[in-house]
Amino acid sequence: MTLPEGTPESYGPVSGPEEVVWEAVVEEAGPASPVFDELTRQRSKEIIARYPQSRSALLPLLHLVQSVEGHVSQDGIRYCAEALELTTAEVTAVVTFYTMYKRERCGEHLVSVCTNTLCAALGGEEIYARLSAKLGVGHEGTAGEPGAPGSLTLEHAECLAACDLAPVLQVNYEYYDNQTVESAEALVDALVHGERPHPSRGAPLTDFRTASLELAGIFDDLDRTVEGPSVAEETLRGALLAAERGWVAPPMPDAMPPLPAIPEKD
Amino acid sequence: MTDPLTPVLTRRWQSPRSWSIRTYEQLEGYQAMRHALNAHPDQVIQLVKDAGLRGRGGAGFPTGMKWSFIPQGPRGAGAKPKYLVINADEGEPGTCKDIPTMMADPHSLIEGCIITSYAIRANFCAIYVRGEALHCIRRLNRAVDEAYAKGYLGRNILNTGFSLDIVVHAGAGAYICGEETALLDSLEGRRGQPRLKPPFPATAGLYASPTVVNNVETIATVPAIVQGGSDWFRSMGSDKSPGPKIYSVSGHVERPGQYEAPLGTTLRQLLELCGGMKDGIPLKFWTPGGSSTPLFTAEHLDTPLDFEGAAAAGSMLGTTAVMVFNETVSVPWAVMKWTEFYKHESCGKCTPCREGTYWLLQILQRMVAGEGTEADIETLLDVCDNVLGRSFCALGDGATSPITSAIKYFRHEFVELIAAQPAVEHPEQLADLVGAPA
Repeated sequence: MTLPEGTPESYGPVSGPEEVVWEAVVEEAGPASPVFDELTRQRSKEIIARYPQSRSALLPLLHLVQSVEGHVSQDGIRYCAEALELTTAEVTAVVTFYTMYKRERCGEHLVSVCTNTLCAALGGEEIYARLSAKLGVGHEGTAGEPGAPGSLTLEHAECLAACDLAPVLQVNYEYYDNQTVESAEALVDALVHGERPHPSRGAPLTDFRTASLELAGIFDDLDRTVEGPSVAEETLRGALLAAERGWVAPPMPDAMPPLPAIPEKD
Repeated sequence: MTDPLTPVLTRRWQSPRSWSIRTYEQLEGYQAMRHALNAHPDQVIQLVKDAGLRGRGGAGFPTGMKWSFIPQGPRGAGAKPKYLVINADEGEPGTCKDIPTMMADPHSLIEGCIITSYAIRANFCAIYVRGEALHCIRRLNRAVDEAYAKGYLGRNILNTGFSLDIVVHAGAGAYICGEETALLDSLEGRRGQPRLKPPFPATAGLYASPTVVNNVETIATVPAIVQGGSDWFRSMGSDKSPGPKIYSVSGHVERPGQYEAPLGTTLRQLLELCGGMKDGIPLKFWTPGGSSTPLFTAEHLDTPLDFEGAAAAGSMLGTTAVMVFNETVSVPWAVMKWTEFYKHESCGKCTPCREGTYWLLQILQRMVAGEGTEADIETLLDVCDNVLGRSFCALGDGATSPITSAIKYFRHEFVELIAAQPAVEHPEQLADLVGAPA
């Protein structure tokens, strides 16, 4: 092994690096895929305008590209990077961090079964195992041709924040409460056959791509979709029990009390 | 003495279309906003301080004090724009109080946002909602639209000169974004990884500007405090933990659900309300406030569930997510399942949490499979000791809670798993030896 002669000092005074102009090693493939049409561009502008700084729009934009393609593709990443003047590396770093961005094309519906401790103790694991066997796919696997009617992507999910209704599953992020192996199987059968059973709470079921569009904050028909049951029996148990027993919070004063004076500054 | 249940946040949930502005206003909605906007912002902060409201997201930090940390004035940090960010990224295992609140009564949160933003002089507020809560996102968007249409949001609200915009922002599936600085990074369009503190969000939060981050239930409580006053609020709960709280009871009980009761209610009282243990099978262990709060057992039935009571008994109040497990559930299995969760959700930024949760899971899976050794229990505790207090944020600390508390109360169950293993190292080889020539 040959070492260079002399010491670093002998090369002369240490100076800062010259200004480096980076050139992309791989040529960016021009404007992103034409699947992101004028409507998508218009929606992107609308989303970006909501935020004080444009980069905050990245998460919603990724939901938006997912609504167009059914997953976040390299094209989708390039599209977001262009829209926000970021590098594709910066966007990719974000995409890969979050579980809701799917890198493979999803089915018409995404079925998420909670297998966290509480749901698992009440039957969530059996539900997941049965659906997995029935559909012949594992975590994030898709049964059927992705995107085709009746195709389903299965995943096991972490706590879905409906523990009083355990075990729960979601289809396209709509809740199906108090599931059993049988009810979950029946639900999946219906989905495969093109039916869309109404969720326990929330709006009528659509599909994964429509749900992604709503996650981007774009609502085509909010007047209708905002309706639907808000609460399950479990949600209201405390309130109903209180009404039944005549239990109430202490009464508020008849008129709103004046706000306290501002304390003197020390 | 207050009643066993005190519906305040849940009082509108039974009303038809409770989520619409029409129902909300019929039930005294947006009156508190008018009252607060007629006062000085500092008076609102003082009111919330007097009321003793503490954060409902888990840590229990005094809310009024948090607001008063926001620098005000024409110079320095006070001259920057201020922001209010609502943490609606509910995902702590067992926790299910914010999603029903936003689904059934989104306007209480919106009204709380307006009052809070006025108090801290913020003109932009973001509600960061967990992506999986799609219907909440619809309801909040509609509520925001309705509030704009009524002139409660936008420029010069009700001619007070105060302006506010609210954006509803959907997350994308990352538990860590419930950590406030990770949430801010995520809201800035980055990976949701926690920031080093200090600086705290009060001085350098969203876009490096002064920011208040509060939980949904905290802010939804604010309109009621303005309406009823601090004395009314303090007539519920204890001196240091005043007010009502939504207890989410789940698991092996007859009637799981949401029970809004004064802080300091005990599990014994909650079990009476929800009809006792399911099928009469005895209680084995429970969490007072989610999986990150150390486990309790039947000996803690009378522990008052407020911030002080839970801490004095060796746990934390957390989010009052009361998960109840009966005798049929194996403690090491439950702990393994929670550890799978923490390992999956660790953001990878710091080594103790990233590596620690990985190895804790390896050991627990081995033990539950009946292949553990005596040394595994000590190794678990040793790894926990290297994660707790050494991680970047509270996720790592939380990951150790179920393990250390389970070993504390149920060490014998871990030992029994070991005892169940065959005395030979590779039992499958025995079969080959049988009948083999000597």
